[in-house]
Amino acid sequence: MTATKAPTEPPVQRTVRRPGDRIFAGSAKGSGIFILIVLAGVAAFLISEALPALTAPADEIPGGEGLTAYIAPLILGTLLGAVLALIVATPLAVGIALFITYYAPRRVAAVLGYVVDLLAAIPSVVYGFWGLAVVAPRMVPFHEWAADNLSFLPFFAGPASTSGRTMFTVGLVLAVMILPIISAISREVFSQAPALHREAALALGATRWEMIRMAVLPYGKSGVIAGAMLGLGRALGETMAVAIILSGGAGATLNLISNSNPSTIASNIALRFPEATGLGVNTLIASGLVLFVITLVVNMLARWVVNRRADFSGAN
Amino acid sequence: MAKRIDVSDLNIYYTNFLAVEGVNVSIEPRSITALIGPSGCGKSTFLRSLNRMHEVIPGARVEGKVVIDGQDLYGSDVDPVNVRRQIGMVFQRPNPFPTMSIYDNVVAGVRLNSTRMKKSEMDDLVETSLKGANLWNEVKDRLSRPGSGLSGGQQQRLCIARAIAVEPEVLLMDEPCSALDPISTLAIEDLMMELKDRFTIVIVTHNMQQAARVSEATGFFNLNGVGQPGRLIEFNPTEKIFSNPDQKATEDYISGRFG
Repeated sequence: MTATKAPTEPPVQRTVRRPGDRIFAGSAKGSGIFILIVLAGVAAFLISEALPALTAPADEIPGGEGLTAYIAPLILGTLLGAVLALIVATPLAVGIALFITYYAPRRVAAVLGYVVDLLAAIPSVVYGFWGLAVVAPRMVPFHEWAADNLSFLPFFAGPASTSGRTMFTVGLVLAVMILPIISAISREVFSQAPALHREAALALGATRWEMIRMAVLPYGKSGVIAGAMLGLGRALGETMAVAIILSGGAGATLNLISNSNPSTIASNIALRFPEATGLGVNTLIASGLVLFVITLVVNMLARWVVNRRADFSGAN
Repeated sequence: MAKRIDVSDLNIYYTNFLAVEGVNVSIEPRSITALIGPSGCGKSTFLRSLNRMHEVIPGARVEGKVVIDGQDLYGSDVDPVNVRRQIGMVFQRPNPFPTMSIYDNVVAGVRLNSTRMKKSEMDDLVETSLKGANLWNEVKDRLSRPGSGLSGGQQQRLCIARAIAVEPEVLLMDEPCSALDPISTLAIEDLMMELKDRFTIVIVTHNMQQAARVSEATGFFNLNGVGQPGRLIEFNPTEKIFSNPDQKATEDYISGRFG
């Protein structure tokens, strides 16, 4: 209000400028600009290093069939694993968050919340070994069952892997890895659902679940989406766990349960970079540029989804 | 639809703290009953115990009886969810669901009752409820807009429309005008006068003029000191309370000597 009034007032009235305000404003602005510079630097590096691969003739790219043919299966692998992880983790995380905020006794809720947060503190290389040594062998029976019974779906076309080192196992391990991110953010927004609206629902004769559906879930929706997108970002970029578990390197396929899986962009870079030379390095960086763009698009989509019904978000 | 409420020997506890003690009162159907008293005297707690909304707070419980039309609300086989479906409530701060449109807000309670309704029936219900809440003319062109875009007084009338859409037997109002300006307050008071032909209305208010204006009967709650339980000091026809109360404390309160 005061800002719009300012021009009509006599110019003698100067606002007092306090040093504390100026230092804070300056450092906040500086931090914001710094982030933009870093981001621009990363983008500039990726583009300049990827350029040779983008312009090189097709037969000089590793694989000999051009850049698109090289990167396309990697993109598919990256998206397959991350989307599978998201599909598994999101409902589970929302359930955990609701249980902690509205169902569990206070003490149980605190312990459970702590344990879920602890999942985020485990290094991804540990997840990788756990996936390889524990999850993969135990998934083999399911792989066989899926190949026998669900093979009409392209995702379970078979033949079933005997090692379990498949995109399916990777998706499950990634789901566990992104679970704490999604559930922590969901928990936060659920617990902030206004008592005003929760009571409104209860006073209309809502059961606890109906109250959650009327007053908590709609309020927390944008938070859940934001959490899911953060989780998706992590799953897309996850390197070590995927590199350890997945027996990748095959061409594009939707089959989640066979021995030949497409690799993911990040794990492919990690595995190939040490031995890459010349144009091979540029090709890997070009694939990194693609990952950068994918992550950017995912985040922008998330923002768009969150803003789409801003009128109804409860923030006004 | 309106029902008589009989309260006998009601004690209300928060865990071990006795908040309200020994309330005995009969609330007449098709009338407005006002509850007045200083802050913290337990009038809101008492109001919320009439539709078991106080149980939302962990550790809250009651002793005694609240009987509506022969049925004890605290009987062992009574589901609080069903109690709240019969006894509507309007809160101090307007609380339409911000994620729902005006239309969806009005039918929110009806949808909970999971009675399948045709679209046309639903439309009629929205219209009659909003007309009943004197809001129809102001919102009929923007039913699909969010309820949170309305003014405070309109939001409160939307909440009343939402409460009466399920045809409750009793309407409880917890300081429904304290967040509103005088014009909106007048609109709500006019509305209450219309609604009392169909519902039993109990209103908690800090505004004694409001109690005097709208109610037939008035209950005065008070407490002896901080940490002491609140009590129903006097319950009489409003005219008597404001002209010739039985109790000295009531007279002191309404004449502004304390509170």
